[in-house]
Amino acid sequence: MNKVLVRLENISKKYNDKYVIKNLSLDVYEGEFLTLLGSSGCGKTTILRMISGLEHVTEGKIYIDDVDVTEVDPTKREVNTIFQNFALFPHMNTWDNISFGLRMKKIPSEEIEKRVKKVIKLVKLEGFEDRLPSQLSGGQQQRVAIARGIVMNPKVLLLDESLCSLDLKLKRKMQLELKKIQKQSGITFIYVTHDQDEALTMSDRIVIIEKGQIEQNDTPQNIYRNPKTVFAADFIGESNIIPSIIKEVLEDSIKVITNEDKIPFIFSKYESDKKNDKINLLIRPENIKLSKNELKNSIKGVVKDVVYDGSVTKLFIDTEGDLNLKVNTNGNIDIKEEEEIYLKLDEEFVVPIRGKQNEK
Amino acid sequence: MKSNNKVFKYIFLSPVVIYSIILILLPLIYILFLSFCKSDSYGGVIYNFTLSNYLTIINTTYIKILLKSSLIGILTTFICICISYPFALILREKKEEVRNLMTKLVMIPFLTNSLIRTYGWIVLLRKNGVINNTLLGTNIITKPLELMYNNFGIIIGMTYTLLPFMILPVCSAVFKIDNNIIEAARDLGAKPLQIFKNIIIPETISGVFNGSLMVFMPAIGYFFISDILGGGKVMIIGNLIKNQFLTARNWPLGSAISIFLIIVTFLLVRVYQKTGGKLDDLGGM
Amino acid sequence: MKNKTLKNIFIALVFIFLFLPIIILVIYSFNTSKMNIIFEGFTFEWYKTMLTNTDLLEAFANTLIIAITSTIASTIIGTIGAVGLYKYNFPFKGLINKLIYIPIVIPEIVLGISLLSIYTLMKLELGMPTLILSHIAFSIPFVIVSVRSNLSPLITTYEEAAQDLGANPLNTFFKVTLPAIMPGVISGATLSFTLSLDDVVISYFTAGPGSNTLPLKIYSMIKTGITPDVNALSTIMLLVTTAIITVSAIYQSRNIAEGGKS
Repeated sequence: MNKVLVRLENISKKYNDKYVIKNLSLDVYEGEFLTLLGSSGCGKTTILRMISGLEHVTEGKIYIDDVDVTEVDPTKREVNTIFQNFALFPHMNTWDNISFGLRMKKIPSEEIEKRVKKVIKLVKLEGFEDRLPSQLSGGQQQRVAIARGIVMNPKVLLLDESLCSLDLKLKRKMQLELKKIQKQSGITFIYVTHDQDEALTMSDRIVIIEKGQIEQNDTPQNIYRNPKTVFAADFIGESNIIPSIIKEVLEDSIKVITNEDKIPFIFSKYESDKKNDKINLLIRPENIKLSKNELKNSIKGVVKDVVYDGSVTKLFIDTEGDLNLKVNTNGNIDIKEEEEIYLKLDEEFVVPIRGKQNEK
Repeated sequence: MKSNNKVFKYIFLSPVVIYSIILILLPLIYILFLSFCKSDSYGGVIYNFTLSNYLTIINTTYIKILLKSSLIGILTTFICICISYPFALILREKKEEVRNLMTKLVMIPFLTNSLIRTYGWIVLLRKNGVINNTLLGTNIITKPLELMYNNFGIIIGMTYTLLPFMILPVCSAVFKIDNNIIEAARDLGAKPLQIFKNIIIPETISGVFNGSLMVFMPAIGYFFISDILGGGKVMIIGNLIKNQFLTARNWPLGSAISIFLIIVTFLLVRVYQKTGGKLDDLGGM
Repeated sequence: MKNKTLKNIFIALVFIFLFLPIIILVIYSFNTSKMNIIFEGFTFEWYKTMLTNTDLLEAFANTLIIAITSTIASTIIGTIGAVGLYKYNFPFKGLINKLIYIPIVIPEIVLGISLLSIYTLMKLELGMPTLILSHIAFSIPFVIVSVRSNLSPLITTYEEAAQDLGANPLNTFFKVTLPAIMPGVISGATLSFTLSLDDVVISYFTAGPGSNTLPLKIYSMIKTGITPDVNALSTIMLLVTTAIITVSAIYQSRNIAEGGKS
């Protein structure tokens, strides 16, 4: 693993005596694209602002490159931010916006010229140097904002929901481009968003934040496959959460049954597992197999709703044992509402979640 | 229905059209006309075309008064800017309710007549006034200060009377600046003074021009302030025009000076519009 | 935090500067001494004297009459004018739209002497009528600008909806347009009332010998010496106008709050 570039050590943030962030620790590695993912008001933007220095830390320490910057003024931190609404200076053209930070630092003009030209090329804004922000499209404004940050050669670039004001198509395009710019520049990006798609597409690592605390911190694949909490499972991708009970604790495995249901699942055992503990089972809608005939270990259900969504058909099925399950199939299957159907939940796709119980 | 609408069109438009022609356009045209006439020695007007009034302004002692009055106006405007910027920037950091209350409070002194307020300054500034008495009483000074009947008194009076006209547009411009922009500048390493110079001034320049227009023009015209606090010793353009109309009864000359003021006003309005200012924001209190 | 204290001190100083003369006037209205020099003792005497000073009261009454009549007239003309200029097109509309700004931007003294000249040309005798006419003349543009800030394409849509539902133009104006622009009308009226009370310059040129307004009366008294009953009257004026402004501000903020709900 690369070296740690940003270290948050037990940081807390209080507003009016209320903790927004409590005792949070996080390491960010050099060169990675890290996403802080969470719903609005979860504290993710506050974390970002504390790293940039625009917000004070109530308790704890922040290190950048092994230097304690907790009390360092934002102007002196080698960190730059791309703001949610881009915050371009309206009276300055593209060139003046991008060169602003360098000019403030009184860098020699030949060097400014060289560096600004380089980033303008990187973000593909050649020919737009003289335009005012109001004469640029949303995507171009976004690029100016990124260039303005990158030109400073920051150790870390912080991006605060930087794509959310763009329309869907442009957003998709900019996601890929942002990732490319990050790779080419080699700068560490910390990206804040509430949009799981963005997080999945761009990140090397996702940190899910909820109520000012880290819910899970892992690669996108791992979070998707093995969410540690119901919240994480729900936040990343679509999910069916089945509340269940540990029926038996064996030597190195546990037997779990769902409500009244006869199908047992066997999982490897955790030390803390006890008989009659509640446990949640996650199965992704695309991993449920459907059949018109009864199969071994399948459960019977009635289709309540069919929604066509382009390439997939989404089914909402009530099954025996009082479960409401979402199932995504490819468009081939011909199913109507109120039709009876058999569902097969393969053990390999079912993930036990021991974290917080029945949060919803 | 159609003719009905036409009737309403006339009802809605005729008052404002008649008003703007009779009470704005006509008087101005008449003043322009007068400025090219001669006056006789009895205060009457001789309808003979002449440029002599304009030549009088440029050639004689009048130009000195114009320059001096402009200097007082510029100084007043400058002082108002120097007070308004910090005032607005400090209030910007406060909560919105506090801000609104403060900007409303600025308006309160306006609810008394400006003459009465100017009189209040006499009570404060004169030789045996409140300020001198306090300073003498606490032995800070031994001789009363000359605080009025001079340029100082006029500038105090003008600044006092016109300050709100600067504070309000500057505040509204400063409050409008997106906080993110200032944070972005800080984030990019700009120090407070650099932020002021590179972000705040360019963003608020039209507000400042708005204020300057509303301060400078009255500051060269409010003859009653120079009368009262200058003790009649200092003449500003306002006094000059007043004298031509009421004392010397040389209306053509007074009109020529007024036309000169109108031209200056129009030029300043053009500059204000060039900086992105809107006419509807002028004089909005 | 020292910085913060300094900032608060600055704000306080600005307000002291703005309020000092008024506070002094109010204090001296309770002073037993006749000269506005040293505060000798507390009395209500001047408020009684004021009531017997017929000259002063007449000037005050004139000021109020002018302020009230000119506010009513300029609010009506300004409001329908703003709506008319917004809705209808006609030749020279551009010119009229520009003319309206002139009283706002040109120095008051220029407006004052030009009105004086035109009254003389028309052989109008200077007095209360010319005073009121002049106050109407400089107030209308402020009302128009204020009302205009409330006019938007949305209002045209409302009007069209009302007419579509069968309302005649008169009903449409009073039931739909006017309520929608009411905040602008109220603030325009308030502004024109305060401008009228505050005015010295234009009244100075258009009053004529017979009529006297409070500012002109005080102007002439300054040369001979002002008695504390003027302070007393000013104090009362200050209270009354503050009350009017507060009521109008409350009305407006309530209006905004209600607008936000719907």
